Amino acid sequence: MSNDDRGSRPAPTAATDDHAAHAPETFAHGADIGVRGHGPTLAAAFAAAAVALTSVVTDPAGVRPTTAVEIRCRAPDAELLLFEWLNALVYEMATRRMLFSRYEVAIDGDELHALAFGEPVDRERHQPTVEVKGATCTELRVQRAPPGWVAQCVVDV
Amino acid sequence: MDLSVLIRRADCVWELPRTGAMHVPGILYATEALIGTMDDKVVEQTRNVASLPGIVRAAYTMPDAHWGYGFPIGGVAAFEPTTGVVSAGGVGFDISCGVRLLRTGLRSADVRRVQAELASRLYVSIPAGVGSEGALRLDPAAMDAMLAGGAAWAVAEGHGTAADLDRIEERGCMAGARPDCVSALAKRRMRDELGTLGSGNHYLEVQRVARLLDPVAALAFGLAADEVVVSIHCGSRGLGHQIGTEYLREMVVAAKSHGLRLPDRELACAPIRSALGQRYLGAMRAATNCALANRQVLTHLTRKVFRSLWPAAQLDLLYDVSHNTCKEETHVVDGRQQVLFVHRKGATRAFGPGHPQLPEALQPVGQPVLIGGSMGTRSFVLRGVETGEAASFASACHGAGRAMSRNEALRRWRGEAVVAELASRGILIRSPSMRGVAEEAPDAYKDVGAVAKAAEHAGLAARVAELEPMVCVKG
Repeated sequence: MSNDDRGSRPAPTAATDDHAAHAPETFAHGADIGVRGHGPTLAAAFAAAAVALTSVVTDPAGVRPTTAVEIRCRAPDAELLLFEWLNALVYEMATRRMLFSRYEVAIDGDELHALAFGEPVDRERHQPTVEVKGATCTELRVQRAPPGWVAQCVVDV
Repeated sequence: MDLSVLIRRADCVWELPRTGAMHVPGILYATEALIGTMDDKVVEQTRNVASLPGIVRAAYTMPDAHWGYGFPIGGVAAFEPTTGVVSAGGVGFDISCGVRLLRTGLRSADVRRVQAELASRLYVSIPAGVGSEGALRLDPAAMDAMLAGGAAWAVAEGHGTAADLDRIEERGCMAGARPDCVSALAKRRMRDELGTLGSGNHYLEVQRVARLLDPVAALAFGLAADEVVVSIHCGSRGLGHQIGTEYLREMVVAAKSHGLRLPDRELACAPIRSALGQRYLGAMRAATNCALANRQVLTHLTRKVFRSLWPAAQLDLLYDVSHNTCKEETHVVDGRQQVLFVHRKGATRAFGPGHPQLPEALQPVGQPVLIGGSMGTRSFVLRGVETGEAASFASACHGAGRAMSRNEALRRWRGEAVVAELASRGILIRSPSMRGVAEEAPDAYKDVGAVAKAAEHAGLAARVAELEPMVCVKG
């Protein structure tokens, strides 16, 4: 994983351009919560899952996509790649004290390259609910859901 | 839960018989009412844990058990060192998350007089919630010293007193920690987070001793009726989670090479004797020290706040327990002493009277077992009992456990209304997030009183005192 601001733009790209068009989806899991993304492509489903991740913390619509952070990760299968991707975002959120609302994601084989767009946490404006500490392998699924894909897992809060 | 798969062995003891790949049976401790509210996943996960190699005697669940990651939360499992495994999921992600309790020596009337001011000062002084930072910045050398030294490091740095260390498991410093097995990412996540509470179900609570259930043990613990105490519930912050995540992934990928078949990836484990198992143990022990140091720094901050209002306040530490751990301990199995690696995931160690690892003052009564409720509800102090050793390798419950999901809680309550309702009952909540308060609403949790009572009836621990909240700082 690398994490340089303003990295090169991933291509081909699936982007979350409009939160309203992709209502973030979460699902119940005991003490924690699950995040789920749907999309016409695997990359789009990963991007939508990332929006759902943000929605656990705050309303993504209130996060200004002013700063880009580059993320790269790799895993032996698509499910572990989702696990890596969401955990990379959790790491960036924690160490940069940022929230993200827009994602450009490209997946090539076992590699993911993405730009996450967001801004520093503003506790007054964002009213962050809870810190996501990590994505888990619980309910971890990446599969075709015709006509597209679905990507989901439970996150620990 | 489908009770037909269980055999009732006693009032609060249920057996999940050994079937299929299980090496040992499952033993669930709870009343029928509590068992009835548990998810079927608890049985599935208990069965999976009982199928891991090297497990000894039984896979246990505590009265607050619920669906966890691989292991049920409220799960206890011991493994023998040569054929057994260590599991990242069996420890949990928030490594060494735990509770400590400070005795203030104040009476509730003392606090009522300045309750709002105390709440505000604690809220300002205790970093909590998303985006918060601690006052300390650890450079690489200080980070490694903290990971090796735990609360003992924090005390040496001026955050507390040597007397505190006597009242912490492992005397405040987990042996065998290996900072070199902790990744740079995990250390980076912790750089600015030491001395922070976190969020979710973590809290700092000012409480009143509402009822003494065992006055003799309470006296030995130094607890008096109507005394004000402070409970701090938090863990190893981002560092613990990063370690848990990284090793879980590595254990998943390496499972096949270790000859392990995982029915659930969250059960990821490695043989204790393997290089990976040893590295994980070293990193996990370092994270344990991180949690102990974190609670120690928060204790120091809490003492400063109390002394700003009551200059003579001491805030002696009653005890500090960790409830997400794997510890190398000696237990009696089939009549002889055996070294075991005991996983407690959402379960508290509960040594009975006379245990050599307890400080002298606690030897006659047993170890304090601190059971957190939820914001606005009661908490309990219990003590370890003799029967706990045979029942559960000296383990008891850790908290109330959620009764409903966060989504459901959000549908039912608004944070502002929860805060107002609790204020009308004399309980002041301070939190940066009203949505977070709604998710943590008191009724989103099970009745902690029923959990504590079931632990007592099952012979895991005995109730000593009941605590009522007065001020709660939530992340």
